[in-house]
Amino acid sequence: MSVPLIMFLAFVALTLLITFWAAKKNTGASAYFAAGRSITGWQNGLAVAGDYMSAASFLGISGMICFSGYDGFMYSVGFLVAYITVLLVVAEPLRNAGKYTMADLLAYRLKPRPVRALASLSTLTVSTFYMIAQMVGAGVIIKRLIGLDFAPAVIGVGLLMLVYVVFGGMLATTWVQIIKALLLMAGAMLLSYLVLKFHNYSFTAFFEAVSKADYAGTAEPKNLLEPGLKYGVAVAGPWGPLDLVSLGLGLVLGTAGLPHILVRFYTVPDAKTARSSVVWAMAIIGLFYIMTTFFGFGAATILKKALITTVDGKPDTNMVAPILAQVLGGELFFAFISAVAFATILAVVAGLTMSASASFAHDFYSNVLHHGKENRPGQEVKVARITAFCVGAVSIGIAIYLGPSVNAAFLVGLAFAVAASANLPVIVLSVFWKRFNTTGAVCGLSVGLVSSIVLILLSPNGMFGKAGALFPLENPGIVSIPLGFLAAWLGTLLTARDLEAEAKFAELRVRAHTGLGSEKATAH
Amino acid sequence: MRREAAAAVSKVNAGRPVNLPLPNRGRVPNLAPLMTEKSNVNWAEIEAKPAFRSLLGRKAKFIVTATIFFLAYYLALPILVGYWPDLMKKQVWGKVNIAYVFALSQFFMAWIVAFIYVRVAAKWDKEAAAIIHGH
Repeated sequence: MSVPLIMFLAFVALTLLITFWAAKKNTGASAYFAAGRSITGWQNGLAVAGDYMSAASFLGISGMICFSGYDGFMYSVGFLVAYITVLLVVAEPLRNAGKYTMADLLAYRLKPRPVRALASLSTLTVSTFYMIAQMVGAGVIIKRLIGLDFAPAVIGVGLLMLVYVVFGGMLATTWVQIIKALLLMAGAMLLSYLVLKFHNYSFTAFFEAVSKADYAGTAEPKNLLEPGLKYGVAVAGPWGPLDLVSLGLGLVLGTAGLPHILVRFYTVPDAKTARSSVVWAMAIIGLFYIMTTFFGFGAATILKKALITTVDGKPDTNMVAPILAQVLGGELFFAFISAVAFATILAVVAGLTMSASASFAHDFYSNVLHHGKENRPGQEVKVARITAFCVGAVSIGIAIYLGPSVNAAFLVGLAFAVAASANLPVIVLSVFWKRFNTTGAVCGLSVGLVSSIVLILLSPNGMFGKAGALFPLENPGIVSIPLGFLAAWLGTLLTARDLEAEAKFAELRVRAHTGLGSEKATAH
Repeated sequence: MRREAAAAVSKVNAGRPVNLPLPNRGRVPNLAPLMTEKSNVNWAEIEAKPAFRSLLGRKAKFIVTATIFFLAYYLALPILVGYWPDLMKKQVWGKVNIAYVFALSQFFMAWIVAFIYVRVAAKWDKEAAAIIHGH
């Protein structure tokens, strides 16, 4: 029983305890799907931050910055600035006018069945891509940590996650995220401190070293502070800069369309708390991503190349942060960071499954198949639990099929692009445009979804590989996001006016902007 | 013609958002209350209040301006870095270059915009509360 394993099991035991505590408190849909709306501003801020700082953030970005320098840091920036979109445009209207899922807002004044069906499909798509990325990350870590093979590692993660979701619901996953966020911040701060200590607590010395980063003398020095090591014309060809802009666009607009983040805004009592929780999240996330400067760039000055290369000579980008912890802080710190990284993945996967299964149960099952009627009370919750199981099983299967070599950051970037192309246009137009009708929503959702996925399949990372790629950019955002907006806009203008929808706009406006009539917290 | 209240209220759990038929289907309604879960609230009347419209106008102006600003400031980063890399590589403080400083500034821009928004939104909250309670 190694130290990392013990620490990891201790954390898992703690979170299981939370799950059983939450299971006792979980009665009814409001409790299961929305934690009884009892979460406070700073708690939700931490939970949102925790949900956000996933495997791709902590492990992926540190690795990317370590190998590609400044271009990797662009991810850090984009991930944070994206929250302004959430704050200004989406968080409060969502909380005021919806109940459990993103589709509640969309279907407010539009015909519920087609809109909810498509919104549910897009939620499931985004969540699945995001989840597969986490599963792959988890599998790779467990493989390194415990020596399990990839497939059993992924299955083990999936089973644990299912316990959280099936028994605990939103309350359990929220508290797991909060604790994990605190541990992750602590780990990141300690790691950054140790990096600075290595450079004698001098920022000048640190940046000096980064500007000629040579991986502890085992490689040619390169200036990691300079942009272009990944997306520059010299490295990525003439489309590189446009790809970077496309990525930036996808990142900054994608968060506001991520169902598993949006659903967290239903767990607070009112819109004002939703607002303050976004601000808390921004403070925490911003601080975290600024610190990626230190453990990302710093790793390239401290770690030998051999340590961060896999057996077949490829950059082992996901393991940079844990290995840095090992070199600077010994076995104990390595254990702590690995356990926290793993817990990160577990918690995010739980949150994703939660939002995907809630979407299916609430949007598709109850509203589309059963016209909003519950056959028996509690059935919606039961369907959600079953869906969670199925979604978990499917993503485990796909992750194992794709194998450990699939790029986790690529999958997360895809999730962001789909969210920004399919979900965001429809959310924005529904809340702010009176004329918006059901056909517009259907067009926006479907064109956004299809265009982003098709462009990814045709990209250098897709079906035809680098040589045969029909679409030159890795990220479809710069094409698919405008397409989503255009489709939603044209779909509305070219079809008949929906006077019912326009009539309900007054109500939506008042609800969204004043909070009158919003879903209140249940007694707890 | 006397308006009839909407007859069909879905038999659902209370509070679930659903679409309900209009009393005068196909024609733009006047200020008659729509039957929804909160059937004692006259949404159309509140929405038509000059105070409400004025509040929303100001909200829209702020949000649109702020959105254009932050998107422009943010997108300038990949654009400048991608298409003017030599400019961005210029060092300004030790080995720290413009690119890094600009990237770092994005964090502070985000925090500042958030801070300003929270202040402004608190005022809007008060106004909104006054509007709905004053009716």
